[in-house]
Amino acid sequence: MILRLSNRACVLSGSARLKSTLSTCFDEMGKAGIILKSASTGIFENLALEDWIHDHVDLQNRSILLLWRNSPVVVIGRHQNPWQECNLPMLRRLGIPLARRRSGGGTVFHDFGNINMTFFTSKKKYDRHRNLKVVTSALKALKPDLDVTATDRFDILLNGHYKISGTAAKLGRTSAYHHCTLLCSVDRSVLSSVLKSNTSEVIRSNATPSVPSPVKNLSDVDPTLDSDTIMEAIASQYNNEFGFDSQVITVDPAHEALMPGIHKMSKDIQMWEWIYGKTPKFSVCASLVVDDVNVKLDMDIKSGIVEQCAVEIPEDWLPPETVNEFTSTLNGSKYCPNEAAVLLAAFVRTRSMSAGVAGKIQRLCEGVLSVM
Amino acid sequence: MAAVITVRAPFALMRRLVSLRLHKRCCSKVQSACLVYHPHSYSLIAGQQQRFFRTSYVAARPVMPFKLSDIGEGIMEVTVKEWYVKEGDKVSQFDSICEVQSDKASVTITSRYDGIIRKLYYDVDSIALVGTPLVDIETDDGQVEGPQEDVVETPAMSHEEHTHQEIKGLKTQATPAVRRLAMENTIKLSEIVGTGKDGRILKEDILNFIAKQTGAILPPSPFQEICPPPPASVAPSTPAAKPREKTTPSVPTPVIPKPVFTGKDRTEPIKGFQKAMVRIMSAALKIPHFGYKDEVDLSQLVRLRSELKGLAESRGVKLSYMPFFIKAASLSLLHFPILNSSLDENCTNITYKAAHNIGLAMDTNQGLLVPNVKNVQMLSVFELAVELNRLQTLGTSGQLGTVDLTGGTFTLSNIGSIGGTYAKPVILPPEVAIGALGKIQVLPRFNHKDEVVKAHIMNVSWSADHRIIDGATMCRFSNMWRSYLENPATMVLDLK
Repeated sequence: MILRLSNRACVLSGSARLKSTLSTCFDEMGKAGIILKSASTGIFENLALEDWIHDHVDLQNRSILLLWRNSPVVVIGRHQNPWQECNLPMLRRLGIPLARRRSGGGTVFHDFGNINMTFFTSKKKYDRHRNLKVVTSALKALKPDLDVTATDRFDILLNGHYKISGTAAKLGRTSAYHHCTLLCSVDRSVLSSVLKSNTSEVIRSNATPSVPSPVKNLSDVDPTLDSDTIMEAIASQYNNEFGFDSQVITVDPAHEALMPGIHKMSKDIQMWEWIYGKTPKFSVCASLVVDDVNVKLDMDIKSGIVEQCAVEIPEDWLPPETVNEFTSTLNGSKYCPNEAAVLLAAFVRTRSMSAGVAGKIQRLCEGVLSVM
Repeated sequence: MAAVITVRAPFALMRRLVSLRLHKRCCSKVQSACLVYHPHSYSLIAGQQQRFFRTSYVAARPVMPFKLSDIGEGIMEVTVKEWYVKEGDKVSQFDSICEVQSDKASVTITSRYDGIIRKLYYDVDSIALVGTPLVDIETDDGQVEGPQEDVVETPAMSHEEHTHQEIKGLKTQATPAVRRLAMENTIKLSEIVGTGKDGRILKEDILNFIAKQTGAILPPSPFQEICPPPPASVAPSTPAAKPREKTTPSVPTPVIPKPVFTGKDRTEPIKGFQKAMVRIMSAALKIPHFGYKDEVDLSQLVRLRSELKGLAESRGVKLSYMPFFIKAASLSLLHFPILNSSLDENCTNITYKAAHNIGLAMDTNQGLLVPNVKNVQMLSVFELAVELNRLQTLGTSGQLGTVDLTGGTFTLSNIGSIGGTYAKPVILPPEVAIGALGKIQVLPRFNHKDEVVKAHIMNVSWSADHRIIDGATMCRFSNMWRSYLENPATMVLDLK
C-alpha cells in the first residue's frame, strides 16, 4: 500500500499488494474515523463509491465521512418519478445526465458549486441531527455571524428562509449512510429551470414528491465561502465533533483493484431499467392539440413500460383501426421518446397509408412524444 | 399454520408495548405455550408432535412471520415502497425482501431465513408499523433457533460481519445452494473471491471459477506421454523387446473429471429497437429483391476530400465521404426517378416521390436506426455534411424524433465504416431500393496507359424491388452514380 502524503491529503494506491482492498486498508489503518474525498466528478462513479463503502466496509466500529462533487447532473430519490420532478427534454438538450440514487428523499441539482457529504455509520450510531450539527458548526467557524440552522426535516436554512442543504438516507442490514448537499456557488438559473417539470400536470402518481423551496448560495452572502474552504472546515469539524484525527484521503472510484465490483455497480446504476424503470406505477392523462384537433391521451406506466395506451381522436380525422394499431404499437414499449419514435417509425413504414394520413400520424407521434 | 396464528392474536397488543428484548422472551414463551393453550388444535395434530415447531398438519415446515425491525430515531411507521419478492418466491438469508421509506430515509429489509415467501402483509404505498409482521416465510427445518425478529445488532452478528470480510478467513459467506454447487464440483469456497454483498460468494463466482478451470484441462494425449514407462523394463536396450513393450497396453487410460457446463439458455421477449427491426424486415420479405454489385475507383474523390476537409473544419463541420455519396445518388435519382418511388399495397400504382429523402443506416448501441436527410436535391455537399453531423449527434444521444425517422424514400448504408466489401442489403419498405457501401481499400489497378497504379477501391451493393425495377435500370443508375464519384468534377456541372 502506497501512501503519498502531500499537505493535508494522502492518496491510496492498492497496486503494491494483491488482494488489498480499500476495506483492508482501513482495517490496517486502525482508525475509528476516516475522512475520504472522491477524485471523481462523475455522478455514477461517486454513487457507486457510496454503495461500495456501504456494502463492503465494516462500519460497526468505524465511521466514515465522504466528500464529493459532481459535474452538472440531476439526482432523483429512490422512489421518485423523474417526469414529475424535472424537465427531461431540457436535460436532454443541455446534455445534463439524470441519476437515481439509492437513498430516499427529493430531487436535487448538482454542479461543481455544490458539495456532497456522506456520513457512514453503523445503524446504532445513525444520527442525522448530529451530522448536520457538524456542517452548521463548520460554517459558523468560518463565519461566526452566519445564520445557518438545521430544521426538523433535516434541511439547513440560511437566514431562516433559504434552503442551502437537503438530506437523504439509506439504511441497510447493519450499517447506514446519511448524505446531504450544500449549495456553495451553484448555477441557480439552471437549477430552477431543470427542476421544473414540463409535464407534472398530466401525471398522476404516488411517487415521493419533492418539496420545492427557495434556495440561495453561501457565496451570495460571503464570496470567500468557496467549496474547497468549506470542505476543509467540514473535515476538521467532523474530527472535532466525533473525536477523530483523520486526514483527508483521496479515493479514486475508478480503481477496480482497490474496490472489486465497483465498476459493475457504476454500470448498473446507469441502466435505463434503474434510472427510469424504477419509477413507481403512474398514469398520464394529457390533452393535446394536433392539427387543431383535440386529442386525449391516456397511458398507464409500470416499471417504466407502457402497460396501457388509449387515444381519443375524432373519427373523421383518423380511422379508428389506424388509431388502434398506433396505440398497440406503444403498448409494451419503454416510456422513452427515443424508443417510441423508433417503434412508431416502423409502424408508419409497414402500414400502407396515404401521404395525408402518414403526415397526420407523424404529427400525432410528435404530440405523444412531447409528454415523454 | 392456523394454530400459530390463533396463538399470536391475544398477544397483538402486548407486542406493540414491549421492548425488543422482552419481546424475544415473550415469543419463546408463546411457542412453548402453543402446545398447552389450544387443546382442540393439539388433538387434531396429536400424532405429529415429534418436532417442537410442527404445528400444522398440512405443511410439514414451519412458517415464521418476519417482523419489521426497529429503524432507529424513534420511527414507528414506514411506507412500503417496493417488494422484491412475491408469494411463492424462494429466498435465501440476506436476500432483499422489500424497500421501505420513512422521512427521507430509504431502508432495505433483508431476509433472516432461507425459505419460501408465503404471505405479504402490505401492499405498495401502505403504511407498515414497526414490530408488525412484514412477510411469512416457510423455512427449511432446523433453521428456526433464535429470535423470530431481525435483530438489529448483537455482538455475535458483528463478529460474523468481521470474519466475512476476509476471503481466506475462517468462514466464507454463501447460501446453501451455492455451497452445494461448490461441493458438487469439489471446489473449496476459500479459493473463490466473492463478488456479492459483504464479499458473499454467488453462484456466478463458482461458475466463473469452473470456466477458468475447464480452460486449463488438457486433451487426453499428453497424459499418456507423461505416464511412466511400463515396469517390466529390466533390459531396455534390447530392440526386440522394445516394440513388444510398446504394443502391450499396460498403461491405464487416464480418468479426467468431466468438466461441468452449467450454462443455461436464456429467453427474453423481443422489445424496443429489436421489435421495430423485426417488424420492418418481416414486411420487407414481401419484396422480391435482386442484387447488383460493382466496384468504384475513388482515387480522385479521396484527393478532393483531403483538400476540402480543412475548409469544412474551419466552418465547424466534419467532412466524411458520405455527403459525396448521398449527393451523387440524388443527382442520379433525377435521371432514374423510379428508384425513388413507392409501390402501393396491391401493386396497382407507383408513386414517384418528388423529394429525395435519403436515409442513412446508423448503428447505435441500442440497435439500428435509419434517420433520413430531407430534400437532398436542394442541398449542397456542405449542407449535407452539416445535416449528417446533426443526425449523428442526435442518434448517439438517443434524441432522434419521428420527423427524422420517417418519410425516407431511398437509403444508403455505410457498413464499410465498420468493415466488409460486398453485402446484400434489405430494402426498407415502403422504399424500392437500397445501397450498401463497403470499405475503401487501396488496391493495384491498371490505368489507361497499362501501368499498375495505386487505386482507392470501394465496393457497392445495390438491392432493388424487381416488381418495378429491372436490372438494366439499376445498372445504368449505378454507372451514373459511379461516374460522378470517379470524376467528381462532373458533379460540378449538375449541382443545383
